[in-house]
Amino acid sequence: MLEVAIRHRQGSFRLDASFASDVAVTALFGKSGAGKTTVVNVIAGLIRPDEGRVVVNGQVLLDTARRVWVPARQRRVGYVFQEGRLFPHLTVRQNLLYGRFFTPAADRYAVLDQVVGLLDIAPLLERRPAALSGGEKQRVAIGRALLASPRILLLDEPLASLDPGRKSEILFYVERLRDEMRIPMVYVTHEIEEIVRLAERMVLMSDGRSVACGPVPEIMARLDLKPMTGRFEGGAVLDAVVAAHDLDYGITTLAFDGGELQCTGVDALPGERVRVRIRARDVAISLERPTGISMRNVLAGRIAEVGAQRGPEVDVRIEIGRVSLLARLTRRSVDDLGLAAGRPAYALVKSVALDHRSVGYA
Amino acid sequence: MTMLTPDEWEAIRLSLQVSLWGVAASLPLAVAVAMLLARARFPGKSVFDAVVHLPLVLPPVVVGYFLLLLLGRKGPIGGWLESTFGVVVAFRWTGAAIAAAVMGFPLMVRAIRLSIETIDARIESAAATLGANPAWVFATVTLPLILPGLITGMLLSFARSLGEFGATITFVSSIPGETRTLPLAIYGYTQVPGGDLQALRLSIIAVVLSLGALLVSEVMVRRATARVAGRDA
Repeated sequence: MLEVAIRHRQGSFRLDASFASDVAVTALFGKSGAGKTTVVNVIAGLIRPDEGRVVVNGQVLLDTARRVWVPARQRRVGYVFQEGRLFPHLTVRQNLLYGRFFTPAADRYAVLDQVVGLLDIAPLLERRPAALSGGEKQRVAIGRALLASPRILLLDEPLASLDPGRKSEILFYVERLRDEMRIPMVYVTHEIEEIVRLAERMVLMSDGRSVACGPVPEIMARLDLKPMTGRFEGGAVLDAVVAAHDLDYGITTLAFDGGELQCTGVDALPGERVRVRIRARDVAISLERPTGISMRNVLAGRIAEVGAQRGPEVDVRIEIGRVSLLARLTRRSVDDLGLAAGRPAYALVKSVALDHRSVGYA
Repeated sequence: MTMLTPDEWEAIRLSLQVSLWGVAASLPLAVAVAMLLARARFPGKSVFDAVVHLPLVLPPVVVGYFLLLLLGRKGPIGGWLESTFGVVVAFRWTGAAIAAAVMGFPLMVRAIRLSIETIDARIESAAATLGANPAWVFATVTLPLILPGLITGMLLSFARSLGEFGATITFVSSIPGETRTLPLAIYGYTQVPGGDLQALRLSIIAVVLSLGALLVSEVMVRRATARVAGRDA
């Protein structure tokens, strides 16, 4: 559904990115300055790269080799900007209908009432952007892009300028969008949490290059990509199903390919598919099944990979059934325990380390 | 003070006519030039910029004299206008309007250019991603956002036109009912014995007109600014 290949130079910055995706939400992940926004601008037609090819749903929007260049206004690519970029002189309603006016009648699929309902912006319609909060602005910006009936929706760090409370509010609406509108999305972010909640595939960008592209759990489990996926937030991502709730203690049991996980503060219903991120720093390793311990998650597995042994910390990948967990240990522990690929081991995870922030609806 | 005399009415009407036409006629060109200066990059831009500002720094008499040379009946442009369209501007009120427009032009361009430079061009690219072509972007985004600058520019040019003297008298002389605007009439009265009272009456009228224009534009700018800022005016 989406094919991107770009080579571009902008001053001293070089961009060399290529990826393809056919899932609902593709995340572009990387530190700031990695070139994520440039990629999105090329897809939208706001930047004309030196070389490149962009195909959306079979429609070639850019192919420098064949001199194909569809201008931004004819691409029908919805773009939600980091800062909203609403038209300050128009009301919310006029903002929303702006793109719809330019969309050929035959291509219109988005309906005002539906979009307004989806984003809960009915009370805002007659207001002007200056009278909106940050979260409201972003919801209107999403609605405005949607009402142009785009082929694809690009969201460039739509949460970047919001405070934490507003962030989860917008995430909720983006999830709703993904599940109800069935429009492919490219979601740019440097927050792992957002990817875990939203995306199926991710493209990892670093210094202008697309380093890796694949399913989110697969990319997050790769030890070689650790420097780029972030030290503090790094950890494995796995898909699971809500198995049971212990209402007395507020503990939720999640079943995954290889065992069960107990976590806290999750409000998903039994049977719902969720995605869990387990930060490497929250995982400990034991060679024997520990007893008399408070940690509720003790998962038997096998050490699959021991990461680069430089500095005080080492990342270790443990396979549990068919999924991988990452554990960040001191190098001293790795040496003391003699951890090496192939050794059976137990991964220990505190339940309180897995809360609503680590769990997203898949 | 008694009622205005027909002569005074004539001067007021003529002044307003000349100034308003001068402003209206130069506005589209001023917007275009301001867009060029604010957005475009081209060789010789600083020279172009200087030429646009020339009427601001030249003695008005010099501007009027150049206008006479160019647009007079024997001038290259004036002669062509007369032979092709049968239009004569020298010593006509239209000529006075041209002189007023030229003198007010740099002020108008400056104000509009400043407001163009303050708008966020990224909002315009947002409009492009929503399907608007450049003409639509200009009409629905750029133009409404520079409205305060447009109004300010029009007022400055209008005020400059109301007071225009040197270029007008040099280019189109002071013909009652045709080119004798308020300042020319005031000057005329001061040159005849016993004309002091008349000169004073017209001067007061000039003050009232200018103040009125200032107040009206102040209100308009405030409303336009509120609208652009997205507040409910």
